[in-house]
Amino acid sequence: MSTYDIAALLILLLPILSFAGLSFLGKRITPCTAGIVGTTVLFVAAGLALFTAYGYFFQFGEVAGAYAHHTSLEINWLQFNENLSINLSIILDPISVMMLVVITVISAMVHLYSFKYMHGEERFATYYAYLALFTFSMLGLVVSGNLFQMYIFWELVGVSSFLLIGFYFTKPSAIAAAKKAFIVTRFADLGFLLGILMLSYGAETLDFFVLIERLTQPDSVYLASFTATSFMGLSALSWGLLLVFTGGAGKSAMFPLHIWLPDAMEGPTPVSALIHAATMVVAGVYLVARLFPVFAISAPDALAIVGYIGVFTALFAAVIACTQTDIKRVLAYSTISQIAFMMFALGVAGWGEEKAEGFTASMFHLFTHAFFKALLFLGAGAVIHAVHSNEMKDMGGLRKSMPITHITFLIACLAIAGVPLLSGFFSKEAILNAAYHGNPMIFYVALLTSGLTAFYMFRLYFRIFWYKADEHGHHNHEKGMWAMNLPLIILAIGAAFTGYIPFGDFVSADGKPFELPFHLTFSIAPVLAGVIGIGIAWMMYSKQNSNPDKVSASFGRFYNWAYHKFYIDEIYLFVTKKVLFNLVGRPAAWFDKNVVDGMINGYASITSTTSEAIKGMQSGRLQTYTLFFLGGVLVVAILLIVNFI
Amino acid sequence: MSIYSYLMLRFEVVITLIIFILLVLKLNDADKKEKSLLIGINIMLLLNFIVGLLPMAEGNLFMGFFRSNGLLVLQKNILNLGLLLISLTSYNYLLKNNNRIEFYILMLSSMLGVFAMLSSGHILVLYLGLEMSTIPIAALANFNKSMKNSSEAGIKLILSSAFSTGILLFGISLLYGAVGNLSFENIQANLQLNELTLLAFAFILGGFAFKMSIVPFHLWTADVYEGSPVAVTNYLSVISKGSVIFVFISVLYSIFSSFTDAWLYAITILSILSMTVGNLFAMRQQNLKRFFAFSSIAQVGFVLVGIAGASKIGLTSATYFVLIYLLSNIASFGVISAIFDATGKETINDYKGLYKSNPYFALILAVSLFSLAGIPPTAGFFGKMFLLTSSMGNGMYVLLAFAAINIVISLYNYLRIVKTMFIDDAVEVLPVVGRNFGMKMALAVCTIGIIIIGFVTPLFQYIDVLSIVK
Repeated sequence: MSTYDIAALLILLLPILSFAGLSFLGKRITPCTAGIVGTTVLFVAAGLALFTAYGYFFQFGEVAGAYAHHTSLEINWLQFNENLSINLSIILDPISVMMLVVITVISAMVHLYSFKYMHGEERFATYYAYLALFTFSMLGLVVSGNLFQMYIFWELVGVSSFLLIGFYFTKPSAIAAAKKAFIVTRFADLGFLLGILMLSYGAETLDFFVLIERLTQPDSVYLASFTATSFMGLSALSWGLLLVFTGGAGKSAMFPLHIWLPDAMEGPTPVSALIHAATMVVAGVYLVARLFPVFAISAPDALAIVGYIGVFTALFAAVIACTQTDIKRVLAYSTISQIAFMMFALGVAGWGEEKAEGFTASMFHLFTHAFFKALLFLGAGAVIHAVHSNEMKDMGGLRKSMPITHITFLIACLAIAGVPLLSGFFSKEAILNAAYHGNPMIFYVALLTSGLTAFYMFRLYFRIFWYKADEHGHHNHEKGMWAMNLPLIILAIGAAFTGYIPFGDFVSADGKPFELPFHLTFSIAPVLAGVIGIGIAWMMYSKQNSNPDKVSASFGRFYNWAYHKFYIDEIYLFVTKKVLFNLVGRPAAWFDKNVVDGMINGYASITSTTSEAIKGMQSGRLQTYTLFFLGGVLVVAILLIVNFI
Repeated sequence: MSIYSYLMLRFEVVITLIIFILLVLKLNDADKKEKSLLIGINIMLLLNFIVGLLPMAEGNLFMGFFRSNGLLVLQKNILNLGLLLISLTSYNYLLKNNNRIEFYILMLSSMLGVFAMLSSGHILVLYLGLEMSTIPIAALANFNKSMKNSSEAGIKLILSSAFSTGILLFGISLLYGAVGNLSFENIQANLQLNELTLLAFAFILGGFAFKMSIVPFHLWTADVYEGSPVAVTNYLSVISKGSVIFVFISVLYSIFSSFTDAWLYAITILSILSMTVGNLFAMRQQNLKRFFAFSSIAQVGFVLVGIAGASKIGLTSATYFVLIYLLSNIASFGVISAIFDATGKETINDYKGLYKSNPYFALILAVSLFSLAGIPPTAGFFGKMFLLTSSMGNGMYVLLAFAAINIVISLYNYLRIVKTMFIDDAVEVLPVVGRNFGMKMALAVCTIGIIIIGFVTPLFQYIDVLSIVK
């Protein structure tokens, strides 16, 4: 094992040790110690991740001109049969190394920030233990070398995010949100599991790299037999991949499985920054990126579906984001929309250097988005901490009392709006460029969406920091808050400058360095869309006026729909509560109560006249039972004889 | 044949010995010293379990009427473990009951029947074993003699079981008419597919389906589970059910191996029915024992999904799943019986706020419910996963689709109880329920098993090596 392998292993071990230590000793040490231990561990892990990234990209990762995958650790865990085994492994390749950096850095920032934000919380040590567990699960997910290990960590991520979202477990809404997130993603994960089973049967392996090889070589027998059968116009392979994508769509909150994310904002704000901005929600994108060669080469039809779902979600969530008044919810919908950008960027990509631009663009956006979105959440957390409310109406004019938050928030807004020279500009540009070449229709929708993005982000910005005079007095809210301000500043630096990384050199679909095309003339349209969005937001929200109401009134019913998130939650409630319970659950219960019990009671009353002794035993029941029994036997016999003779 | 080959009867001999010891103790009025008696019996059961773990030869006895091989030994060991755990969890119940020796004698007699049935190489022995394992349980179901619903459970079990026996015997006699000899090997070699044998198969299937409470042969289950003492419900749901599953697999895979298409067709229907009906009925149950009755019906439906693999992995995954199901169910019933013995409460509403009053029991029940629901990383997840894999290997896609939907419904069912315990506020706060050493041990073994079994690779591989499909 080289130094880098040991570093990679330590990145995983440190958070889980921190979790174990904090959960067992949490009650014996002071909250302050717990916070310091948790934060230090994560900073060390972040350092190790950067070290590993340096080693991978500049020392040993490149083999014959392309970045190859490197196995740091592999342990045989479960052997199904001779061909199929599950290994526990740590895989380093461009995207996993990139994710290691993103996760540990953002997590370290969140740990530091929480030190102040969660101060005085009764279960402070528990909170840090959960954060560490979550970080561990997420790290395990990205370094997985096979589908099954990824699934295990995928579920572990689900469980730990459940704990974090429901952290304020005395609050009913937090419990409801945690449950919703858990159940919706579980439902999606079931698709994932079935997809894994299908892929493992088609390729007779769970190992990502063997699987990719077997399912992409044109002369492979596995590929031939897998694509031979088809159902509803899609091959078995496409179905398997789409099932896997279902799991990804659940975690990454793609329409129509997005409903859990806005509610998950009930968790503590730093948790939202970690889970709902930078890490867990991009797991779905990461999953599709992992299997990207299979999608692109062998199942372009499935990839196209990914693209359409992505772009629809992007627009849909952006429209909703324009109407929400809870600042965390605006950010939640913005996240859904931005993740959808990454998703459709994968969807429009193809295989081969130029065509695979979408892949690099998607990963690039994932990377930059992590910084500015975490920054937005943490900034929003600082605002909420100061005004003790999530609602826009309680805010306004905070720029004087919170200068650091104000400036950093502005940087993040400019970045997400795609204003030139900030990180978001470069990555969004790459995505739009890929879409333009891949699927023009998707491009135009995406262009519209990026205009909307600029609008709703600046609506948020003006509403918080301008709009009206500060009602909370002019005292500085930021004194003594270094633990909260430092992460904001670090992330702001990231949000401003990460766009200058020559990303194509490091991350590409086939591992070969590749230059992201950049055309000045092409950027005019997106930048213009962004500027118009910002301009409209400025007109409407920079000062208190009646314009917003007029505008929303002119949109009339559409505004109302969007405000109510297009009633998707209500549709789900209708389907589960009304349809499922009433049409299925109730009749079943009714049948049990009335038909079975009713027959029984009928029989009982007849027999009671014959014998006092067995009156209470309702012996009539048994006759019904035996009737069912005999009926069952006869039906089975008849079916068998009809079908098999 | 040397005297050593009789050592193959070790499981049966040890159980018989314990029964004799108990009979003698009964004659000597050992009932009076409750505590030392119960401790002594539990130690004997522990020894019984340990003796079972010793290595043993494979082979046949009595002209092939009795068989033994690695897998059978493993299955017997699993059941022995279950018996020990059930005995430990029923310590408090038996302390209050005056007929504790009879309780054990009946339970062990049933166990003897189970072993005979498992090892049978001839349908006659199989039939005798099956009956011997059922009749004592009917007496046990009636063990709370002063309670009306307990008597009702006993009489219901014996009557409906008699009916199923009739059906089974009818099927066996048809089979005898068709092949002329009832040893397994002979049937397997001479079975032809025709109306007569299919009818015989359907009747035999009905007989087994009754014991496993597969829909539509399940109607007795909820009433009997509800009326019986918790310890007996536990035994019924775990040992009776598990042993019949083991036998059922070997009947399908070996005796009826030439009928594979036909029985796949039949168990596909039965499996879909069992999972769906079990889960939907469980949804609205208030009584926990009734809830677990329907839950166990759904779980057997899942086992059928694995059996539908019709291959070595089907056998492996079903055996593996029964072990996990056994631990999860015993843990659940252990908690239920502890709380019932102390407070007399057994409906879901009574469990509101259990986490605040009895966090230890609430956590254990939650872990076992997670396992039953198949949530990773509990063992139940791995169990279900292997069952699905097995079925996937045989291309049973329709069945898999139903299984997938049912996993989600069952998730709702099990989480409903977890939610009740952890989130809802108690209407009437339960007192802190004490726990004795036996209960602690049993629950600890189950919980540790549930948590680690999925991660102990050699176990699954060991079962896989032992599973041989002829």
